[in-house]
Amino acid sequence: MSEYFDAGALLRVVVVSLLLGASIPAIFALGVRALATDAPSGTRPVIRTVAGFACFALVVVAVLLGIYSIVKAKG
Amino acid sequence: MTDVPLLVLVVVTALVFDFTNGFHDTANAMATSIATGALRPKAAVLLSAVLNVVGAFLSLAVAATIASGIVEQDDATLSVVFAGLAGGILWNLVTWYFGLPSSSSHAIIGGLVGAVLAAAGPSGVIWAGLIGKVVVPAVVAPVAAGVVALIGTWLVYRITRDVPGRERTQEFRWGQIGSASMVSLAHGTNDAQKTMGIILLALIAGGALPDDAAVPTWVIIACALAIGLGTYLGGWRVIRTLGKGLVDIESPQGLAAETSSAVVILVSSNLGFPLSTTHVASGSIMGSGVGRGSQVRWSTARRMAVAWLVTLPAAAVVGFSAEVLQSRLGGTLGNLVVLVLLVGASTAIFVAARRSSVNHENVNEEWAEPARPARRPATV
Repeated sequence: MSEYFDAGALLRVVVVSLLLGASIPAIFALGVRALATDAPSGTRPVIRTVAGFACFALVVVAVLLGIYSIVKAKG
Repeated sequence: MTDVPLLVLVVVTALVFDFTNGFHDTANAMATSIATGALRPKAAVLLSAVLNVVGAFLSLAVAATIASGIVEQDDATLSVVFAGLAGGILWNLVTWYFGLPSSSSHAIIGGLVGAVLAAAGPSGVIWAGLIGKVVVPAVVAPVAAGVVALIGTWLVYRITRDVPGRERTQEFRWGQIGSASMVSLAHGTNDAQKTMGIILLALIAGGALPDDAAVPTWVIIACALAIGLGTYLGGWRVIRTLGKGLVDIESPQGLAAETSSAVVILVSSNLGFPLSTTHVASGSIMGSGVGRGSQVRWSTARRMAVAWLVTLPAAAVVGFSAEVLQSRLGGTLGNLVVLVLLVGASTAIFVAARRSSVNHENVNEEWAEPARPARRPATV
């Protein structure tokens, strides 16, 4: 089969996709969770606000990396 | 000498294919955002169109690679390319009519392979390339994207299970706009370049450009606009199938599905492994449904899978027939007859589609399974 396709490249695609594709939504979800207000008191500690925005910042960095990967792609 | 009218015909037909490509594939990026209400339908297709245009200008890395390694370049004459495009366009329109998210890349590759088979026989097709670059990725892509989306969706729901529903929906809708935008951008880059590659191939085959020419600027602009316009008009029938027909989508799930699509497409194209955007997006949406534990409408999934299997051979049959017709009739007459048949068939499909119109107003209506009374589990 190896004459037909590059199994190594295929494996890399699957592994890298799994790592990034599952972790980015998870980081976004952590941000949402951190920013959620507590039901009874309706307040949120400062540390959670900071953590929440840090998560969103990480996601933005991932998006910028994605755009960079499109621009610099060579065939 | 260069056959100028035929060259013009091929370039225009390629742009029409680019248009159907945009219009068929709007769903890949935007179906989930439209279904969850993250974006209003019109706003979604406008955003996707603009990003497709931008994406088309971002990179030229994969232009001219669509046909190379799959058919022998010497056999891809202008009239063969024209027959192949006819196959691609016709199949894109047929699947759009049935609302099936099939791969535009498979449609054009199938069309070209069929036309080359008719013109040069089996030796004109590079079979190992066809299997390695098209068939194997077609099986791997939806499965990989589905698994990524499944895990992502599960994590997202696990992490946010204590967050109140309304707050969660609101924030994830914002996230969805970002992730859908990335899919649109990647789509513009990947798919507009495929048409650029075909036009470049035609210009070289027609003697209008030297063999080692780069993609001319007017080709980039024309392809970007054609795919953008197609995207803006929106293949609402396909959007409806992907957004409503497969699984019921909530915004956290939509975010996970779109992120999975964007990541799989970008990673694979970066590692030189071409995947169909459509296969990836459909696999992601299905995976996200499983990850959330909601019911996947397997009858829709089955219809999609059949469309995937059939796309390559069906487009090949059309491309093959068109090329046989052209070579029997010969020269300009042959091209003209194929052109008339293509325009006639396309018009017939559009007219038929108007009878049961799906548009930005009814795209989100409740999904009703086609009537099949027996064997349906009772809804509780």
